[in-house]
Amino acid sequence: MIELPRPDPAVLARRAPILAALAAIVPDSPRGAGVIGDPVRLRAYETDGLSAYRQPPLAVVLPETTAQVAALLRYCHREGIRIIPRGAGTSLSGGALPLEDGIVIGLMRMNRILEVDYADRLAVVQAGVTNLAITQAVAGEGFFYAPDPSSQLACMIGGNVMMNSGGAHCLKYGVTANNLLGVTFVTIEGEVLQLGGGHLDAAGYDWLGLVTGSEGQLGIVTEVTVRILRAAEGARAMLAAYPSNEVAGQVVDAIIASGIIPVALEFMDRPAIHACEAFAQAGYPLDAEALLIIEVEGNAEEQDILLDKLKDICGRFAPISLRVAETAEQSLAIWKGRKGAFGAVGRISPDYLCMDGTIPTGELPRVLRRMQEMSDAYGLKVANIFHAGDGNLHPLIMFDANDPESFRKAEAFGADILKLCVEVGGCLTGEHGVGVEKRDLMPVQFTAEELARQRAIKSAFDPQWLLNPAKVFPLAGNPVLERVA
Amino acid sequence: MSAALNAPLNAPGAEAPASEAELAGAVRDAFAARESLAVQGLGGRAASLRPVRAARPLSTRALTGITLYRPQELVLSARAGTTLPEIEAALAGHRQMIAAEPPDLAALFGVATPPTLGGLVAAGLSGPRRIGVGGALRDQVLGVRAVTGDGEVIRSGGRVHKNVTGLDLCKLLSGSHGTLAVLSEITLKLVPRPEASLTLALPVADVAAGVAALSAGLGSPYGVSGAALLPAGGEGFSGPTALLRLEDFFQFLGRRGDALRGVLAPWGEAARLEGADSLWCAVAEARPLAAAPEEAVWRLSLRPGRAAAAVAALRAAFPAKLLLDWGGGLVWVAGPASIAVHGAVMAAARAAGGTFTLFRAPDSLRMAVPVLPPEPAPLAAIGARVKAALDPAGLLNPGRMG
Repeated sequence: MIELPRPDPAVLARRAPILAALAAIVPDSPRGAGVIGDPVRLRAYETDGLSAYRQPPLAVVLPETTAQVAALLRYCHREGIRIIPRGAGTSLSGGALPLEDGIVIGLMRMNRILEVDYADRLAVVQAGVTNLAITQAVAGEGFFYAPDPSSQLACMIGGNVMMNSGGAHCLKYGVTANNLLGVTFVTIEGEVLQLGGGHLDAAGYDWLGLVTGSEGQLGIVTEVTVRILRAAEGARAMLAAYPSNEVAGQVVDAIIASGIIPVALEFMDRPAIHACEAFAQAGYPLDAEALLIIEVEGNAEEQDILLDKLKDICGRFAPISLRVAETAEQSLAIWKGRKGAFGAVGRISPDYLCMDGTIPTGELPRVLRRMQEMSDAYGLKVANIFHAGDGNLHPLIMFDANDPESFRKAEAFGADILKLCVEVGGCLTGEHGVGVEKRDLMPVQFTAEELARQRAIKSAFDPQWLLNPAKVFPLAGNPVLERVA
Repeated sequence: MSAALNAPLNAPGAEAPASEAELAGAVRDAFAARESLAVQGLGGRAASLRPVRAARPLSTRALTGITLYRPQELVLSARAGTTLPEIEAALAGHRQMIAAEPPDLAALFGVATPPTLGGLVAAGLSGPRRIGVGGALRDQVLGVRAVTGDGEVIRSGGRVHKNVTGLDLCKLLSGSHGTLAVLSEITLKLVPRPEASLTLALPVADVAAGVAALSAGLGSPYGVSGAALLPAGGEGFSGPTALLRLEDFFQFLGRRGDALRGVLAPWGEAARLEGADSLWCAVAEARPLAAAPEEAVWRLSLRPGRAAAAVAALRAAFPAKLLLDWGGGLVWVAGPASIAVHGAVMAAARAAGGTFTLFRAPDSLRMAVPVLPPEPAPLAAIGARVKAALDPAGLLNPGRMG
């Protein structure tokens, strides 16, 4: 279990008056109780998408307005109470893991779409609107919101901003940071600030850029202005399978060098192919070591032209299998296995850790080879799903949660993979965030000086370190938490 | 401390360290002596924002060279003083480019020096392709190395395309005009250069019609990568003219051009221009603005839907020269360099819910007025603490951003 700071006994002792004060700020509404203090109901908030770690909070509060969020932060700031912001709780890095003496501020009731402007190509939405709901709201006019994390049905835009979420189509459309225009941002003192707006370039420092991906360390975002894009006329996928990871890696390089930027370029290794095929019967070749799924956009004729070019490139590397979808249905069939990958691995192994490092794409064969050696040494299986175009790896480490030794090994295996990612020139996390999971690995990527500057910037926003503490930065060297302990 | 205004870079004692270690040493020395520094590349935009009052200049012009270029990974790293033409020449060999289309504004500033990578990133300058998703220069900064105001070398980001590890100082330092740290090396994400381009030119009645036509084009599925509105007389067009650029494989452009002309039909008949690269270069460099040397130049960033009202307000206040880019979201303005005119620009930006930058002006005006919109007090307080986190003695480009 990851180490959490010792709870502040003074805060624990004041639980009843704190709950009463929170309820005065966020009273019950037709949508339900404003504050949750009942230990049974708090269990629903004790973990997030990284369910290996659990800790019920002191209380959960569910504000419905920016003014309530501001009042909550003002109160917590005055009383020295720690805060854990939460969207849908789909974080895979434990970003929303509570603290025993902390208040979870859940934004799920702030789920209104405030404005859609097709001419200016933007939407203003509250933080608790789900990622997919934005696209659904504008799809009728042929528009969409581009970043599409796997959890897009559930995850909320406020959480996407805080984690700078990615998705399978980042290669062409970028990550959350590239698709934002502005946020309404509440400081720990309860000040409501507009960072950015409906315009492209803010004057002055890029506060919006700094806040995006800050994992709840700097403040709470209550409203978001996103760019919406006109959707392409159509999309179609192809599949290419190879007898080795090295060759598939060369194909990825050749595609990028050709000047085509596919809208998606996904890579699966042999264990992932087998897991997905057993689960989804997508027709993946089981004799392959590596499989690429490539998707292009355009009208039917343009899709044909691009897929022909890609078929030529893929064909030059002696594929075991090369299948181009002729129809939208065939595209879906090619994607079926990949989209069900997490469920597929879940069927082989009820428990797995989903890692998230990024590497320079040229290092892929070496990294996969080293990972296989680690897998043998730890005695734990690993399957790899990889956004090949941008180097973002998702190794799924399979373990048995009922066996503490197996979990300990899985954590160590995961840490070794991420260290390897940094060693070859990559980073600890491409899109899931540091959270609590990778917090103690930060010194692998950053020097003490670099961490000190990042901490100083956090302190500039949150001098008492009340906002989502115990995440992102190692506990050691954190003067505020050390003082409490 | 002797305060020099825009101390010339070739003045005796002007420092231009040739390595990052020397740069850090120079900043450490300045920190020890509490001497402020005017941080610059080749000094091409010294006439932008607030004049810096510093004890001495410090230039990154000798920190040059591409340190890493992996075309198959779409990644390039270069030292801060490397010039844009040098980088573009290297990229051309692999048919790649910087998606932001960063502009060379030497003509606008009346200088002969090319922009450096460090200068462009420090100023956060993007050209017409800014309108595309991820089109801002800061969106393409994958990693930075920089020297803090007390002389420590720090890094943020890296050389991979997807990276959310730690706070994103790449974004914070992009557009910070050398006031937080001195950029020493930058890693950029690249994109393939499109095989071909096609530009449509649509004569329009006024700004409102022009912006509406640009919005319709940008809201189409044909991949518009440039959307500007030239003033009458700009680049040889007799009346106001909306320009829309398509870039992709050559085979795609015929049909897309026809389809886009159809989208624009409610506003009139668009002409096809082949080989309009020089036209877009002119837009990036704000040449159609035709700003006279004694005039001030502002940039307004606003919602395109509010551009027409903002332009009307500007024209009511003074004889404004205009050029619109980014679908109407960027309004270049030139006009008399007076406090009254500056006040009108600030008011128009505020009324439109947008922002302004006093981009070029004589020192006297830049000393007298806010060069950027003032931040609300709570944000300014955070900003001062962030500045102190990276530049504890406040020595880097003092006053530059107001």
